[in-house]
Amino acid sequence: MTGERMLHRAVVAGILVAVVLPFLPIGLWSVGHRWFFPQLFPAELSVRGWSYLVSPQSRVLPALLNSVVIAAVVTLINVVLGVPAGRVLGTARFGMRGGIELLILAPLIVPGIAVIMGIQVVFIRIGLADTRAGVILAHLLPTLPYMILVMKGVFANYDHNYEQQARSLGARPGQVFAYVTLPSVFPGVVVGALFVFLVSWSQYVLTLMVGGGRVTTLPVLLFSFAGSGDHALTAVLSLVFVLPAVAVLAASARYLTGRSAALSGLGGR
Amino acid sequence: MLGPAVVVPAALFVGGLVLGLAQSFNYFPVVGMNDFSLDAYGEVISRAGFLRSLALTVLVSGVTTGVTLVLGFLTALTLRRRLFARRALLFVYQLPLTMPYLVVAVGMMMLVDQSGLLARVLYHLGIITEPAQFPALVHDDRGVAIILVYVWKQVPFIGLIALAVLQSIGADYEQLARSLGATRFQTLRHILLPLVAPALVPASIIIFAFTFGSFEVPLLLGKSFPSMLSVFAYRLYTDADLAVRPQAMAAGMFIALCVLSLVYVYRRAARHALGAARS
Repeated sequence: MTGERMLHRAVVAGILVAVVLPFLPIGLWSVGHRWFFPQLFPAELSVRGWSYLVSPQSRVLPALLNSVVIAAVVTLINVVLGVPAGRVLGTARFGMRGGIELLILAPLIVPGIAVIMGIQVVFIRIGLADTRAGVILAHLLPTLPYMILVMKGVFANYDHNYEQQARSLGARPGQVFAYVTLPSVFPGVVVGALFVFLVSWSQYVLTLMVGGGRVTTLPVLLFSFAGSGDHALTAVLSLVFVLPAVAVLAASARYLTGRSAALSGLGGR
Repeated sequence: MLGPAVVVPAALFVGGLVLGLAQSFNYFPVVGMNDFSLDAYGEVISRAGFLRSLALTVLVSGVTTGVTLVLGFLTALTLRRRLFARRALLFVYQLPLTMPYLVVAVGMMMLVDQSGLLARVLYHLGIITEPAQFPALVHDDRGVAIILVYVWKQVPFIGLIALAVLQSIGADYEQLARSLGATRFQTLRHILLPLVAPALVPASIIIFAFTFGSFEVPLLLGKSFPSMLSVFAYRLYTDADLAVRPQAMAAGMFIALCVLSLVYVYRRAARHALGAARS
């Protein structure tokens, strides 16, 4: 019995170590300077990476702005289009439902690069290539299906009788929406929106292809830093890039304790 | 209500595949490609590196899926128990799900590179004396660092699914098996595993498909030759020689076909299993 308890303790310790491990060198490099093999810790500390971040010639701030604007607009479009669609799929019964669901799911599973290479020629023709608008449109590909699925799950557990009761008690449609519908699906909308923001925020290949290197978001910049071998700058940028992910998880933690539908789309990207 | 939300991604998706297919057939009159042919497919397959890229892609996806399944299931077995600070532990456990792939790839590179943190630790333990003695895990032939990134990201995905199933079936079956004299391992093998497996099969197909199409991680951590298929296709696409563009499209179509047929086979198998269970 104690042997088994030891085993479980070892697994818990393993989980904690494994999760922290990749961030250890990132954290050290973000303040390290001239940190050579075989030193375990940087011999000199430096804020060079962080001061670059806020320096006038920094490429980080424009990229940060691009990332925020793109992810925010993508999220807004997702809420406006995805919530009503999720409601239809979650509640109504109609023919072709299976077909439509497959059409929604397929873009989540087929690699973005296979799809975007083919359609890029159209983006170029209609002037969407190398623009933020084009990148935003492309980001709908991996996000909208996901938002619809989350909202479908939310509305599948939603009891319409409350709306009817409110109506029969004399509430106007606007009041029903504001006091009945919205409060009951709001947590689901928030979780869906947060994760959509995150998917757009983390998106690399679609931005690279459609943005053509002209629309520089944080991941695009991070990739070029990582390739350049400047570990200090790369580490600082990684930490900036990762912050919203931690914030999103913290914000939605209470909705995500073990069996959430919101996670099912996030195995990959 | 359903319209635009479904139409926009579907149009991009179907449009991308149809146009990709047309260009892979060398047929796209708008940009002056008029001779329909299947040449690009033959050319891309006979290209040096295609088959090795395919082999690497299957290897990385397969190993990732297997290791992720095992670790996800085993960690779920621990996480279902009453543990100290279980909520906080579950929070940490889920952290990888929301981390951007690129950041994880950067961290993994700094960790397992030949002069990375792990190599330095081994040096101080007296196991190696110079970076070259540490195995090459980044830009290597087997894509070890790529696999590490995908396993790290996806273990909680499997783990949370397994945990949900384990919690819903409760302890009754296990206690029954134990009281009938089954060992812990037998209970695990013949009771828990069969109960969890149905939920893990679709999850592992998703993992295989995601890893199969991975792009930025192998672009950063992989070798340039052989590379994983997405990177292979991207390199052809960005080649200065526009004549190889149809080959890039053919490679892209090949990736899409692999993933779609995987999902198709699974759905058929699932339907068959369902039919067999009903009859």
